Amino acid sequence: MRDWREDKRFFWATMLLPTAWFLLFFVVPMAMVWAYSVGENVGPVDVAIIGTFANYAKAFSPEVIKVMWDSIWLSLLTTLICLVLGFPVALAMTFADQKQKTWLLLLIMLPFWTNLLIRTYALIAVMRTSGVINTCLAGVHTLLVHTGLPLAPFEPLPLLYNKFAVVVGLVYVHLPFMVLPLYAALDRLDKSLIEASLDLGASHIETIRRIIAPLAAPGIAAGLVITFIPALGAYLTPDLLGGPDDLMIASLIERQFKRANDWPFGAALSFILMYITLLFFAIRAFMGRTGGKVGVH
Amino acid sequence: MRKRRSRAPLDYLGMPAMKAWLAGVFVFLYTPLFILIMFSFNNSKANIVWKGFTFKWYVKAFENTQLREALFNSLLIAGLCTVISLVLGALMAFVFWRFKFPFKGTLESGMSLPIVVPEICFGVAVLLFFARIGFPTDLPYPFNLTQIILAHVTFSFPFVGVVVRARLESFNNELEAAALDLGASPFQAFRDVIIPHMYPGLIAGGLLAFTLSLDDFVITFFASGPGTITFPVKVYSMVRFSVTPEVNAASTIIILITVLATILALRAQTRPAKET
Repeated sequence: MRDWREDKRFFWATMLLPTAWFLLFFVVPMAMVWAYSVGENVGPVDVAIIGTFANYAKAFSPEVIKVMWDSIWLSLLTTLICLVLGFPVALAMTFADQKQKTWLLLLIMLPFWTNLLIRTYALIAVMRTSGVINTCLAGVHTLLVHTGLPLAPFEPLPLLYNKFAVVVGLVYVHLPFMVLPLYAALDRLDKSLIEASLDLGASHIETIRRIIAPLAAPGIAAGLVITFIPALGAYLTPDLLGGPDDLMIASLIERQFKRANDWPFGAALSFILMYITLLFFAIRAFMGRTGGKVGVH
Repeated sequence: MRKRRSRAPLDYLGMPAMKAWLAGVFVFLYTPLFILIMFSFNNSKANIVWKGFTFKWYVKAFENTQLREALFNSLLIAGLCTVISLVLGALMAFVFWRFKFPFKGTLESGMSLPIVVPEICFGVAVLLFFARIGFPTDLPYPFNLTQIILAHVTFSFPFVGVVVRARLESFNNELEAAALDLGASPFQAFRDVIIPHMYPGLIAGGLLAFTLSLDDFVITFFASGPGTITFPVKVYSMVRFSVTPEVNAASTIIILITVLATILALRAQTRPAKET
């Protein structure tokens, strides 16, 4: 590490380009959104920046609160399901041998690298009324009827275009976000502690609850935040898998910018989402700092 | 006596319950993708029953001019985005690794913001920005992709920066000192000593930028002017209306590209680890 004054020319030569790009194409656009969020529509395309909080106040109207609340509990549910599904996977990965570990990691990572839209589309094909699941169920149903069971005519399950579909889609997309930080945390644990617990007669469940979970708490917190935040801001999944009543924040923001053409309100919503995101990351950073020390030996 | 094979207490992967759980999770993750790939070869328009093997949906997908253009646009954008992101990301990683300067902490956490900010927030910011500065929307063909490329680079290059920075941590400073001692200028030492050391990070970061750009729908959706179409945007509009085997075929091609890129990235990261 060197002081920048030791080699000013080289410092500026390397620093200028990325910083300028970041300022021009990230900070300036974000600042514009922020300015719009305290602005007011004064014409079909003109917005006056007057420093009003009316747009933020609008976000507390019942319809918007409902969308916010839906987004929060849908993404919380998603995060919890991801934790339950992903924890055993991370645990198995931690104690697998090197070769199995590589394979498991690859298997978890591959869907993560696959195009999000393609994955959502794949889910639609599986879950729609004439999709794979319903076709299979119909087949089983016909078989059962043939064996003489008195069954009602087959009704395809309404798997798509409801909140159930949104949660399934969000879990499907965000599971790797949970498994990877969990694995990173579990991999650092002192394994002898777990062995000691099992030696002293604790069951596996008890060991997980009283030894592994407290020691891996910072990693679990990281996994929760890293899964919750993108799920909360997800646009594509609720848009394609949800019904008209299953709006989430991102779709609401998109509407303000496209159909409703109320940019200041959209900007305010967008910044509310930003504030929530940054708040969670701050909490996580704080927990990582205080909780991290417990796990160090 | 139970006839079970004995296993170590921590061999969780050997527990039957754990095996079943893992199998369940991977079935959940992979079944939709396998079904998608399978039906891209199915000789029937309805995506339900297997009617025999065919390549006709691939032919159809390639005959669909719009889809082909969209795919080409996406690859072009991803390629250019990768090159620019690599330059910016490598410079960014180097500056933060090498220099101490005022407001470094602020700038460093600021530059990690594009990684954590929800896509939708950055998407609307890009839309507002280009609308407000009056960016021309009627440029002739490859240039009407400029907005998308600028936006993609902005959220990709911090990822490259993080990956390259991690790689630089293992750099032996004596190598650079030796180069300077032997009369190299700081720039020559950077070009001939530090950049070669960055290579695995650059390859991994480059492939990351490529996939991120190829994958992106939300930001493209907001950044693109009228008449520019990328693969995810095109698929989105096709998916809205119906499920067709043509989309399956095009998706399979993209999945193939991604799998290849992932394997290359893993190779690039593991090979130098073996050398050292």
